Amino acid sequence: MSGAAMQDLTAQVAYHLARRARWRGLEYVFWAAALASVFFLPAKHLILNEIAILALFALSLDLLIGYAGIISLGHAAYFGFGAYAAGLIAKHGLIGEPVLALLVTGLVVALLGFITSFLVLRGSDLTRIMITLGFSLILREVANRFAGLTGGADGLQGVTMAPLLGQFTFDIGGHVAYMYSLTVLFVMFLVARRIVYSPFGLSLRAVQGNALRAAAIGIGVNWRLVAIYTIAAAYAGIAGALLTQSTQFCSLDVFSFERSADLFVVLVLGGVGYLYGGLVGAVLFKITQDWLAGLTPQYWQFWVGLTLVIIVLVGTERLSGWLRAIRRLAFKGQG
Amino acid sequence: MLTILFDGIAYGMLLFILACGLSVTLGLMNFINLAHGAFAMAGGYVAVVVVNKLGVPFYAALPIAFLAPALLGALLERTIYRPVYARSHLDQVLFTIGLVFMSVAAIDYVAGSQQVFIQIPPSLEGRFEVFGIGIGRYRLLIIVVCGLLAAGLQYGLANTRFGSRLRAAVDDPRTASGMGINVNAVFGVTFALGSGLAGLGGALGAEILGLDPQFPLKFMIYFLIVVAMGGTSSVTGPFLAAILLGIGDVAGKYYMPKLGAFVIYTIMIVVLLWRPQGLFSRTTSR
Repeated sequence: MSGAAMQDLTAQVAYHLARRARWRGLEYVFWAAALASVFFLPAKHLILNEIAILALFALSLDLLIGYAGIISLGHAAYFGFGAYAAGLIAKHGLIGEPVLALLVTGLVVALLGFITSFLVLRGSDLTRIMITLGFSLILREVANRFAGLTGGADGLQGVTMAPLLGQFTFDIGGHVAYMYSLTVLFVMFLVARRIVYSPFGLSLRAVQGNALRAAAIGIGVNWRLVAIYTIAAAYAGIAGALLTQSTQFCSLDVFSFERSADLFVVLVLGGVGYLYGGLVGAVLFKITQDWLAGLTPQYWQFWVGLTLVIIVLVGTERLSGWLRAIRRLAFKGQG
Repeated sequence: MLTILFDGIAYGMLLFILACGLSVTLGLMNFINLAHGAFAMAGGYVAVVVVNKLGVPFYAALPIAFLAPALLGALLERTIYRPVYARSHLDQVLFTIGLVFMSVAAIDYVAGSQQVFIQIPPSLEGRFEVFGIGIGRYRLLIIVVCGLLAAGLQYGLANTRFGSRLRAAVDDPRTASGMGINVNAVFGVTFALGSGLAGLGGALGAEILGLDPQFPLKFMIYFLIVVAMGGTSSVTGPFLAAILLGIGDVAGKYYMPKLGAFVIYTIMIVVLLWRPQGLFSRTTSR
């Protein structure tokens, strides 16, 4: 290939990448709506805060499943680890300022994710499912047994948060907490968006499509999976840390299997593999949960289960096909 | 010491009966069925209802606890499971988690969230001593029943016509159906059989494992461990894995009560990393 043609090709690739990564109209609408909720729904800030945290957690799983094809049934391990890490940091006054503590927690959980990724990435889907599940159960046991440090079954108590950036004190109505969580979500989303539209993100998609072929065209499969697993772990850890920071409490159920399983529901509701799935799913999930729990407080899990079964029987491909059709309509005129 | 071994074997036998159906579904159809425990729970609750409410003798309740989940399994296999066989593992996980959640909530709704107990006949209570080993009568029954079932399964799989069809379908479904074996029917019958055995295990295990609506979630990991460690190509693999797991769990809880649950999970992860195809499986990959 001559130099000119090569340059031409590079330019074309760069053009297409930029085009893919362009912000679409509906994305502006989504974030404008999120911003509006800060001002127009002050009474709902507590649940909105939960939604933002769940959305960040779901975003983390979406990076794993939707972009790398790794099924993890124990993603709550990193969420819980982040939650406890943030709680302990605040309780013992290691780092007073919440944002800094959040960053440190993210790094610590990323390290945990990096170490464990080598265990997880061996073997087939089934092996991965079991190792992730086992790992989250082990962490739960650890938190349960080391009651002196974690408070055991009573949960971690006595966590008091310093004012955010030294200015804003966390209030009982969750206003500061929601703005904090939403900001973190937005920043983390921007980072995730940057990642998935980068060449690295594209190569991940190739690995997800067919790891063998990806390796054959010179994509290092393993280190890419390790990298995305580490990133996803950090995201989950930061979501967990947000939960502890905004509720000033953390209990063993951050590690529970239900938390990992619910996350699947969130992702399936919202759709896998286009970043907004976790966000939209979190909104739908929390609203439905709130509504159903009001109707049948004890049995709402039944409806969660039914939703999953129906969605699978209808077919996620078909559902995402409908979604794609809707999106195509919505983005008409933009190409 | 030997008493612990005995209890461990009884526990392991129980785990084998509970999990062997799963090893077949996983091995046969490469289908990740996390809802397997729901069938075990169904069997347990059926037994509780017929014994406690209807006054059926305990021994007569066991076949019922086998049949009811087997029928349920056959029905569900026919109607909703079959379309999911060919789907991705993610879909299978979602689907079966959904079933687990539904079964948990449904049992909670019907029977309440507290643990239920089955009335076992007085002749099965208590324990006696042989050469200084304390032998619980009920655990002895479990060992006898599950041992017979395991032997029967091994014989059935190795020596009967259905067994050879099943093995043919495991090895290569396409060729098997080309040879005139109705693979779908073989799968259906096997699924029903596995569900029934799980149900029987649930009924027998109600006394030892405890029975409440959270059962499928609590024991899901145990079933998966048995299957993953035992491999999916024979009956003996899961059997040995289940016995080892049973002894390990009972001994772990007895000698290191503080570490009880770690031991199991750690063993599982180490085994999976060491031999992803299972401890006792053939070395050829599927």
